[in-house]
Amino acid sequence: MIEVEGLSFDIRGVPILKSADLRLEPGKITALIGPNGAGKSTLTRLIARIEPPPKGRVRVNGLDVATTLSDRLAREMAFLGQQTYLASRLRVRELVAFGRWPHCHGRPGPADRAAVDQALTDFDLETLADRFVETLSGGQAQRAHLAMAVTQQTPWLILDEPLNNLDLAHARALMAHLARLRDAGGSVLIVLHDLNFAAGWADHIVAMKDGAIVAEGPVEEVVTTARLSDLYETPISVSAHQGRPLVLHHI
Amino acid sequence: MAVVLIALAGASLGVGAARLQAGDPMSALVLSVSRIPRMLAAVLTGAALAVAGVVMQQIVRNRFVEPATAGSPEAAAAGLLAVTLIAPHAPLWVKMVVAAASALAGAALFVVLIRRLPPHEIFLVPLAGLVLSGVVGAGVTFIAWQADLMQYVSIWMLSGEFSGVIAGRYELLWIGGAAAALAWVAADRFAILGLGPDAATALGLSPRAVIRFGLLVVALVTAMVVVSVGMIPFVGLIVPNLVSRMMGDNLRASLPVVALSGAILVLASDLVGRLIIYPYEVPAGIILGVFGAAAFLGLLWRGDRHVH
Repeated sequence: MIEVEGLSFDIRGVPILKSADLRLEPGKITALIGPNGAGKSTLTRLIARIEPPPKGRVRVNGLDVATTLSDRLAREMAFLGQQTYLASRLRVRELVAFGRWPHCHGRPGPADRAAVDQALTDFDLETLADRFVETLSGGQAQRAHLAMAVTQQTPWLILDEPLNNLDLAHARALMAHLARLRDAGGSVLIVLHDLNFAAGWADHIVAMKDGAIVAEGPVEEVVTTARLSDLYETPISVSAHQGRPLVLHHI
Repeated sequence: MAVVLIALAGASLGVGAARLQAGDPMSALVLSVSRIPRMLAAVLTGAALAVAGVVMQQIVRNRFVEPATAGSPEAAAAGLLAVTLIAPHAPLWVKMVVAAASALAGAALFVVLIRRLPPHEIFLVPLAGLVLSGVVGAGVTFIAWQADLMQYVSIWMLSGEFSGVIAGRYELLWIGGAAAALAWVAADRFAILGLGPDAATALGLSPRAVIRFGLLVVALVTAMVVVSVGMIPFVGLIVPNLVSRMMGDNLRASLPVVALSGAILVLASDLVGRLIIYPYEVPAGIILGVFGAAAFLGLLWRGDRHVH
């Protein structure tokens, strides 16, 4: 369970997040949608204690992120932000292995090595494992960072626009992987711009606009023609395909 | 590499104006009072400076800086100058503490200064370091002129050398060596810091705490080297870059190689300086300054294509 109460955040007087309240049930893929500047990234960064503690309260599985040791929280949630600029020269395997740090603190055991190997397989990185990340394409590097976050094997996985740079096949593979984690009892909070990925894979949708949460609920309730057109202030049409909403915007 | 280091160490013990003979008490004295301390001083200085270079590069996430190009030695010299002016008869340990504290302040000031620079502008960070060391260095020189202490200051700030090293006057370098060894214990933390503050936080580290610890290592190494043998440039820059190019930045594996390479480089420079106009000497710092400046330019030139 992620509980957010009265969470506010501003940058030099400009409100980015206005007293947000949110409860996210475990065992679901929750998609965070909304236009640019809605406060989606800020919300995920505050939940993942990347930004310093602001006004309001965030609890992850009962742990207050402002007062709990960061190392303890790293076993409760993994986070991958949008900025993944690597200044150091690391091999893919070395980068992914850092995902085990919260568990082994630099002394990896057989279980840690197995987790790294599994993540390399899951993200199609076996042949790239010994390459330096800086020699990879944007999408390959993104997969390496995703593998690191997943290797943390935490109850909660928080991803800010993880589909950046991914081709369609790898984007689908990521969503399918998240669904498997969900089916195994995991929980995912994911910022998505492609509404069809949200409509197709999420269990729960949270819509944000201007620093506030404006709609929340099951996919069919939030992904509607009226709601989305209003949210993005552009004509969007929602149809249905195999029992799931299908978002159309090119007609 | 270990073999190279041992060979150089052997050569270092064998080279000098005094001829050594087995079983000669005079030779044993030369060895124990001068040659061995000098060899150890070069090894410790090289290893510690190279490791301090890596630590600083991880802290600022830029591989074109080292303490010597970021104002830390000048800051240490400023502290020493202040002690010399205010309490000229203070015991050595007081001077050491003040030098380390002011080197810490200098390195911290650099980290704060560059915080607002975008990480992608890789040449702004080393530039800011050079400006900072220029400003602090000029301030130290100005005050030293006024107080007629230029001779002292030039020992700290100009090219470091090992000819003054004798038993009893280099042991502080062990503190610098110990600081470098501590950095290796925290190698994974420094490597994770290189992933950026967000990723480090997500993995449960406190970036601020790791940075503070790193600055302490940098300050201790810089202060001990400046006080014991004077400024030695470029070791912390060239060695980490070459090792990174060979084996990457997985610091747990690479830091020992960095330390070993730094020791080899400084020991070799000292040896070259002693042989080039034998029996006179050229300071190791000058040998490194000439060789290092060229290598640094080469790194900048190639680094442009290297980082994207």
